[in-house]
Amino acid sequence: MDIDHDTLVFFSKSWGLFYLLAFAICVLAYTFWPSNKKRFNKAKKSILDPEDKPWQ
Amino acid sequence: MVSTLTRSERQAAIGVSVLVAICGLAFAALGRHDVLEIHGFLILAFGLLCAFAVINGYYEPEPTDERLASYYDAPIKAGIALSMAWAVFALFIGVWVASLLAWPNLTFDQAWASFGRLRPVHTTGIIFGFGGNALIATSFHVMQRTSRARMPDQFSAWFVLIGFNLFCLLSVTGYLVGVTQSKEYAEAEWYADIWLVIVWVTYFILYVRTIARRKEPHIYVANWYFLAFILVVAILHIVNNIAVPVSLGHAKSYPVWSGVQDAMVQWWYGHNAVAFFLTAGFLGMLYYYLPVRAQRPIFSYRLSILSFWGITFFYMWAGSHHLHYTALPHWVQTLGMTFSVMLLVPSWASAGNALLTLNGAWHRVRDDATLRFMMVAAVFYGLSTFEGSFMAIRPVNSLSHYTDWTVGHVHAGALGWVALITFGSFYTLVPSLWKRERMYSPALVEVHFWLALAGTLVYIFAMWNSGVIQGLMWRTYTEEGTLAYSFIDSLVAMYPYYIARTLGGLLFFVGAIIGSYNIWMTVRAVPLAADRGSDIPDSSAVAVAGE
Repeated sequence: MDIDHDTLVFFSKSWGLFYLLAFAICVLAYTFWPSNKKRFNKAKKSILDPEDKPWQ
Repeated sequence: MVSTLTRSERQAAIGVSVLVAICGLAFAALGRHDVLEIHGFLILAFGLLCAFAVINGYYEPEPTDERLASYYDAPIKAGIALSMAWAVFALFIGVWVASLLAWPNLTFDQAWASFGRLRPVHTTGIIFGFGGNALIATSFHVMQRTSRARMPDQFSAWFVLIGFNLFCLLSVTGYLVGVTQSKEYAEAEWYADIWLVIVWVTYFILYVRTIARRKEPHIYVANWYFLAFILVVAILHIVNNIAVPVSLGHAKSYPVWSGVQDAMVQWWYGHNAVAFFLTAGFLGMLYYYLPVRAQRPIFSYRLSILSFWGITFFYMWAGSHHLHYTALPHWVQTLGMTFSVMLLVPSWASAGNALLTLNGAWHRVRDDATLRFMMVAAVFYGLSTFEGSFMAIRPVNSLSHYTDWTVGHVHAGALGWVALITFGSFYTLVPSLWKRERMYSPALVEVHFWLALAGTLVYIFAMWNSGVIQGLMWRTYTEEGTLAYSFIDSLVAMYPYYIARTLGGLLFFVGAIIGSYNIWMTVRAVPLAADRGSDIPDSSAVAVAGE
């Protein structure tokens, strides 16, 4: 098969676009998934814990 | 340092050092008719020095298992010291090259002191020497603290830190004797590049091993930024530096890419070096040290995740905006321009997230110069990403490209964002790492802050003026259709701005010296029970930013 400039442009304008959209949906779903909320809230507060020793 | 290594790690350290020394000897022999000989002997001396340092402490008692109850901080401390030493050295070179533009006689007729050789010494010294050591040190700190786990061994971290500094040393000494690949921010030749790959892969493995040992189930967002920085820099470095040396006995190599492909690969590398070396890693610092210093959680954790993926995916495509109006296909230029404009969204999300974290604690920003360093860094991050997106637009680029405006833009990022966030992080980190109540002198932190801010502002205003005037003079035509100004005319017009930028750089340089002195005195002299001054975070009120 001959891959020329137009083939690549077609590929990036169709599949490339959908792949980026699908990726954006995955990231948004992960970020706003309700059950992740508690984990994120814990993560942002836990770095303020003054304890300076590794957990054993 | 050696006393913290176990017996088997000491043996490994000696083995690796001797191996490096043997490689150096081989290069010195093979390259005896080339400048490579100098680097061969340098590598030999470096390897022997490391080997002797370890042998010297070989019979010190081994560390006990008690070490496992604390984090491994020794390489972090060394990294901070190395970073500040590189900052002072490379800022001095920066002031020197800036002076060369106003007073060209300052080369003193020496080939090694010509502008073309000193400039990469300045850029490499700042980006890799200062920035790289700061990133390695803070990433070692953040990865252990946020994972609640000690790094898996003591040797890897030292190999990464010392190996990285060997790379910096080879780069900088190489430029002075005329060794260069002529690729911006990737000037180091093939043997230094191969060495950096070994060091960098070890760095990545060490980071992942520490994360794998984590006791905290969630990986804090700062680690994502640091990991993106390490992983992407490895990919960029390898692809951009694929080259064939003339022979094993020659420093010179030729890239496998040619023509416009070479240019595209170079600027894909170059812009992502800005994105992942000078942005992602330093955002990792911002997302950890800013909340810790302010004693307030980040305004929106979700926003930090969204901006992470935005930055990671958009930046990859932006490099071609460096090649507007070149032989690069027009659609590739447009692609780079479009992604550059889109980048404004995740960039401002990060800058806004940082500033909104401080919302409600402005009195602390007013009183605490360390927090102010980080606040101003976030502002400059917002400003320079806006400016970058703007300059990537093709018609704007036709005015700004090849002028001092670009130089001003880079320094708004490097001085205003990268250096200020680093100093803020160091002033947070140093007292806690050395178990001091506060920095030796909060007043000197204040002096450093104002010198750094004044220096940055003087520098970028000079370059904005200079760049726009340059751009306009180069495109002004007479009624007859000829250029109104010669190149020399524009050079004469630049003269006052070149003096101003030297002054700005000098202020910043003096600030860095004061900062180094303050860190040094904190480590050496502060009594452990000093008064709690204004230089510590107020932990009494842990406020929750709204989300």
